[in-house]
Amino acid sequence: MNDKTAVEPWVRRTATPKLDRIMVSPEGVPLNVTIAAAGARAGALALDIVIILSMIFFVTIACLLVLWGFGVAFAGNPEEFNGPLGVLAVIWIISVFLFRNAYFLYFELGDRAATWGKRAVGIRVAARDGGRLTAEAVIARNIVRDVELFLPLVFLMQTSTQETASSFTAWAGFIWVLMFLLFPLFNKDRLRGGDLIAGTWVIQNVKKGLGDIVAPTAATQTENDTNPASRYQFTEEDLSVYGEYELQTLENVLRAGSEEALETVASSICQKIGWQPGTGDERIFLEAYYTALRARLERGMRFGKRRKDKYSQSE
Amino acid sequence: MNADVAIQTEGDAEISRVALRSDRFRLEREDDWARLEQIVTQMEKGHSKRLSDEDVLALPTLYRTLLSSLSIARENSLDAGLIDYLEGLSLRSYFLVYGTQTSFGRWLKEFFGGGWSRAVRAIQLEIWIALFVMVAGAAVGYALVAGDSDWFYALVPGQFADVRVPGASEEALRGTLFGSEDQEGLGVFAAYLFSNNAQVAILAFALGFAFAIPSILLLIHNLALLGAMLWVFAQRGLTVEFVGWLSIHGTTELFAILLAGAAGIHVGRAIAFPGDKSHLAAASAAGKRAALVMVGVIIMLICAGLLEGFARQLVDNTAGRYAVGYGILLFWLIYFIGAGRRYRGSGS
Repeated sequence: MNDKTAVEPWVRRTATPKLDRIMVSPEGVPLNVTIAAAGARAGALALDIVIILSMIFFVTIACLLVLWGFGVAFAGNPEEFNGPLGVLAVIWIISVFLFRNAYFLYFELGDRAATWGKRAVGIRVAARDGGRLTAEAVIARNIVRDVELFLPLVFLMQTSTQETASSFTAWAGFIWVLMFLLFPLFNKDRLRGGDLIAGTWVIQNVKKGLGDIVAPTAATQTENDTNPASRYQFTEEDLSVYGEYELQTLENVLRAGSEEALETVASSICQKIGWQPGTGDERIFLEAYYTALRARLERGMRFGKRRKDKYSQSE
Repeated sequence: MNADVAIQTEGDAEISRVALRSDRFRLEREDDWARLEQIVTQMEKGHSKRLSDEDVLALPTLYRTLLSSLSIARENSLDAGLIDYLEGLSLRSYFLVYGTQTSFGRWLKEFFGGGWSRAVRAIQLEIWIALFVMVAGAAVGYALVAGDSDWFYALVPGQFADVRVPGASEEALRGTLFGSEDQEGLGVFAAYLFSNNAQVAILAFALGFAFAIPSILLLIHNLALLGAMLWVFAQRGLTVEFVGWLSIHGTTELFAILLAGAAGIHVGRAIAFPGDKSHLAAASAAGKRAALVMVGVIIMLICAGLLEGFARQLVDNTAGRYAVGYGILLFWLIYFIGAGRRYRGSGS
């Protein structure tokens, strides 16, 4: 299932091919996904912790403000003060519990399956088997967060304050909690303990716009010879020097390249096929060459012949 | 009408002039893709209510059409930008079409209507293991303190051992069991107890991840404390009263901790002995089942916190405490054994 060649034989998809996976949709179509890198996960988590802490901070401030208000109101008789104080304390305890436990649940159960931190770095939770992300899975992956995240924090705070713990137990405990914290680094899918139990993984969001047609001037055939690109005619020999890899490099240059890059690429192609490079006309030349090359390679593709790059012969 | 046809054919003529077959393929379909992209973008922003009914109904069809376009493009087109776009859009719409579709209310109804009790019944074996461990823990605590009362101080942390220490007088001990505490603070006390116990239960579950052993240790430790305390009261002939004091909330609270521990052991057991599934598949199946149990545990602990904070202080006699405590225990047992049975036959 994770055989990358099954889908996209020769295209480099991302900068980190180690994190590329294939998830088969229920319709049976393999979809390319990219596992979120450990750095992105850590960044999202740090953001979430900051958000949770500031929520707790604001609730505390709000409670204190109300308390101060009550203090002014009940200044005369402190006996009646206990009632509202109790209510406030209940609200505070419950909301801290909810922030700590329900924040992740609420956001990961939503349509985007991501907390604010995850949204900010562009990652989301998904079911590993390509099925629906169920509520049980989200609950399971977040309930384990307690040992992975909060326990180490509590542990660190305790060991830093308590002098009594012997250094052996301190170190043993530290290594134990570190094991959970660093668990994602020790497996190739970057699974956290919670992901392992819930059958989930965290993947990158993709958001790509549909670009224009790569070579607009050369794309349309016209009967009369007004199209400047039709000045260039290439022979089979001219086109047989490159494969798909070069075609896609050329596509990138045409889509985003600067004038300088166009010139360099045009002159190296001319050199390769033995043409004299002209000047001032690079884009039109490249578009014509791109279209002709792509037409040739796609024709081969329809007959089951593909050519990876200039070093390989078509199969 | 005629004008439409004219425009249509003009567009077609435009497309048919395009040199590359794969570009023609794209131009013929890109309107559908753009429509789907617009729907998906709206839904991702959380504006799905703003979509027209037509768009909502079109989503699954557009999604399937897109998947087939993607499959064709992979075989026929070398336009990497196009394929990237289709891949990305397919994934985005896949997540919406196969997103979490149950509303919270419906999920809750299914949960109380049988999902919870089925999950509890599914981890029966682990519940017996956890029960055995807990009883053994309490017995060990009792026996240790009975043998040498110094053990008490090792088992019980300072905050509980105010007057409830070995050798305390009957009067002092009775005072901790009965008598009105400050009733103003009950709500706070209940909330604090809930938050504290829920965190312990989550810990008991989460520790099961490490092959269940920490879960078992946690259960033993908590119950040994209880056993030690029981011995102190038994020395002064207050066993019945102490059990009553404990039962009113303890039947619910200890049951919840039992379930949490059992859920932890269930996950740990699935990781250690996955049976004929793969380790990962076994772990995730067990984890999802255990997660359901854990949501129930949190609910039980809310009940226990309320009982401990309010009912224990308000019901000040032993008979009443037994009645409330065991009445609730009976309710839990009937619920777990009975609820959701009828769904079983109809293929769930």
